[in-house]
Order: sequence, then structure tokens, then C-alpha cells
Amino acid sequence: MAKFSTNEFKGGLKVMLDGDPCSIIENEFVKPGKGQAFSRVKFRNLKTGRVIERTFKSGESIEGADVIETEMQYLYNDGEFWHFMVQDTFEQFSADATAVEDALKWIKDQDVCTVTLWNGTPLSVTPPNFVELVIVETDPGIRGDTSSGGGKPATLETGAVVRVPLFVQTGEQIKVDSRTGEYVSRVKG
Amino acid sequence: MALLRKRAAMFSAIRFFFAERGVLEIETPSLCNAVGTDPNLDFFDSRLRLPGSHVQNPMYLQTSPEFSMKRLLAAGSGSIYQICKAFRNGEVGRYHNPEFTILEWYRVGFSLYDLIDEIDVLLQQILGDSLSSKLTDHLSYTSVFSRFCGLDPIQADISAFVDCAVRNDFSEAIEICAGRRTLWQEFLFSHLVQPNLGMVGLTFVDRYPASQAALARLCPDNPQLVDRFEVFYQGVELANGFYELRDVEEQERRFDQELQQRKLERKFVPAKDDRFLSALKAGLPECVGVAVGLDRILMLATGVDSIEDVLPFSISRA
Repeated sequence: MAKFSTNEFKGGLKVMLDGDPCSIIENEFVKPGKGQAFSRVKFRNLKTGRVIERTFKSGESIEGADVIETEMQYLYNDGEFWHFMVQDTFEQFSADATAVEDALKWIKDQDVCTVTLWNGTPLSVTPPNFVELVIVETDPGIRGDTSSGGGKPATLETGAVVRVPLFVQTGEQIKVDSRTGEYVSRVKG
Repeated sequence: MALLRKRAAMFSAIRFFFAERGVLEIETPSLCNAVGTDPNLDFFDSRLRLPGSHVQNPMYLQTSPEFSMKRLLAAGSGSIYQICKAFRNGEVGRYHNPEFTILEWYRVGFSLYDLIDEIDVLLQQILGDSLSSKLTDHLSYTSVFSRFCGLDPIQADISAFVDCAVRNDFSEAIEICAGRRTLWQEFLFSHLVQPNLGMVGLTFVDRYPASQAALARLCPDNPQLVDRFEVFYQGVELANGFYELRDVEEQERRFDQELQQRKLERKFVPAKDDRFLSALKAGLPECVGVAVGLDRILMLATGVDSIEDVLPFSISRA
């Protein structure tokens, strides 16, 4: 894998740090007046999700990481692996429980997700920004009951629990923002 | 457009300030025969061709007007100031553009603290309400370093620097700085001290270690320190000044050391600026001087995030 020097560091670049694939969030040029120049870099560890900061001497280089993001369709899961397919090539990939952790409560069959591959293996799965899911269970929601802030919890077909307005009922399909977990609207038709 | 007006207003205010005080505005060349020796500065170079000649003489864009201005001082100019461009290759960032604007001035016969007061007045005037407080802090390098790093930067063992780095999650400093005290001072100062300086009002830090002397004279009461100061606000360095070194032998010794360092680092080794050294030999008056980064001052005055926002065309659009 190619090496990248600090002057090539910019947001989104994928590099190896302490053995883990990381994405650069920010690269700050630090130079004390008349002193050695440094690069203070913020990384997101793509394996653990944690944010790390590290300083490099200006001009130092580190190894790039073989990380790419591809759109794939979710097919099914067999309890151990979650299977995805690249629609154009029909190539299939299996993601383990850790990789799908954050996406699990939002995805249903046929949803197109963004899969991050590291050395060809799924590292993490990001669901589409907006998902449309059916409510499998929620209270009828008596009109005028505003003691709970005008909303009620609803369990969706994937198991996710989302706060919804009182007028929404079991069996209805709703649109949810997977990034915030918030109800957006009912799905018409 | 509003930015261009603010920039023009700043220049006006500066000119009025110095006119009132009888400081002469001068202009010195941006293109010079010789350049500084600082191992941490990278120069822009060019070639001069005289009419009818095919010979190309290397010329350099100045990294600072200091040498030229000191030649004028040695020639009897008296107190002078200049607003000019400085050029430093390889420096691009939120607070760095390779071409930037410096306000540099020298006061003959002033003490370091006379100059510091004058800088305070000027900056308070230009920055006005952008400063959270009109109260200015005056601290020494050793005291701020001790406060934020827990060790004496001059006396402590390298192991103390290492401990500080590890304690503060900067273990990468161990490999970067190794056994070099000056590099340790620079690393820890920029990572632990500087971000905490000038949080309320302007902060002047003086009495720097002799290893970071640049062209400042040694402190008369302590040869391990120099009469150099920097000005900070909200963690950003705004200005750098000295009680100017007049001893030509000491100056030449520092140049030689820096050239040696450049050689060690396989960097280009320029010739020393002979014209500057001759001027020093002829005699620089007792004076103090300072360089202020006007782009950064404008950043503060307008509350913007990046130096690009105060330049009509930053380097990527020049």
C-alpha cells in the first residue's frame, strides 16, 4: 500500500495507524514561530469508531489503508453473517455481527447500504439515511394525552424503538432518519 | 468586499498610529541576494538576469524584512516601520499562507518594555471589542511552561519532558524529539502551553531560552535566556519581538550554528548575509523590534476561522 506524507493528509484519506485502518478527519499545520513544523492530525479509527489525535513531524509519512466504500444490497442473514451484494457485479460479501452492529436496527431485505471494506472484508455497514419501516407494536395513543410530550414509543419491524406522534398506528409504515433515530413522516400508500 | 474595507481601515489606523509617534515608514526589497539561516524556514528562490547578460544570479524572496531594516538602522535611519509581504515556502494552514503580511517596526533607544507597551496600545486599538478583555498578561517563558507542563524548561532533565508527554497522551513526541531539548521545548510549548495563552486578553511571553534566540540579545542578568517575546491571543501567535542583538561575533556564531544544522538535515545551505553582517560591524544602535502578523490580526478583528478568509486570494487561488 502506498505511503502518504503529512502534506497529503486531508479529510477522508484512509491510513494505517497502530495497526488499525483509520480515516483522517482533520489535519492542522502547527508551527511555533521560528520552530519545527508539526502536523496535528485527528483520526477516526474505522474499527473501533473512536477519535484519536496524533502529532507528526512535517514531512513524515505513514502507510495508506486499503479501505473503500461500496453500495451493496442487503440480502439476508443466517444468524452468523449478514450477506450483501454489489448490484452491478453480483459479487457477494459477508459481514460479521460487529460490522453490522450499528445498522442492524434499521435494515430490511433489499435495502441498499454503504459497506466499508478493509482489505476486501466488510468492516462496517451504514444503512441508508432514511428507512421506511412498518410499526409492529404501539399504543393506540388517546388524543389529548400530552403528558408524555405529545409522542409515544413504537416498535418497528426490525426491532428498533422510535418515538412517534400519537396519531400513528400499528401496521402503518413510517419514514425514519437512521442517523438520528427520529420519526420523519408516514409513508403514503 | 467588506473584508477589503476592513483591511484598508487597519492599514490606515496603523499609518496614523506611527505618524503620530514620528516613526518613519520605509520600504525594503522583497527580492534579496541573501537569506536567513534558520533551519526551520524554507525559502522561495528566483534568478536575476542583468540586461544583456546570460548569467543568472540566485535571488531570494525575504522571509522577513529584518536584515534590510537593520541595515537602515545601522545607517542612521532612527525608528522605522514597514508593512510588507514575507514569503515562507511550505507553510500552509489555518493560520499560515506562504505569502503573508508583516508589520515590522524598530524603536531606537526604547527598552523592551517600552516596546511591549506600544504594541499593547496598537493592538488594543486595532482589535478593539474583538478582545474579551483589555487586561494584558505579562509572563515569562519559564513560568508558563512550568504552569502548563509541570517542569522547568531550562533546568529539567529530558526524562521530565518524556514524563510530561506520556502523562498528556503525546507519546509520539518521544520519537520525534529524542534527546533534543529545544525540540522538546517547541513540541510541548506548541501542544500544551500555547493553546492556553491569551484566553482572556493579550498575553506577552518573554525571556525565551537561549536556544530559541533568533536575533535577540542574551538577557543581561541570565545568559541562558534571551530578550525575546511573543504575543498570544486565544492560543494564536500574533507577534514576535526582541531586544536586538548588536554583537556581530555572537550573531555570526548563531548563523554558523544554524548553517551546520541545515547541513545535518540535508537542507540547502545558503551563504551568510554579508551585507547584514557588515552593517552590524559598522554598528547597530541600541534598539528593540517586533514583527506582527497582520493577517492574523485581521482574522481576530473579523472573527473568521481561517487565514484564507482574510486574503482576497489565498495561495490556492493566487
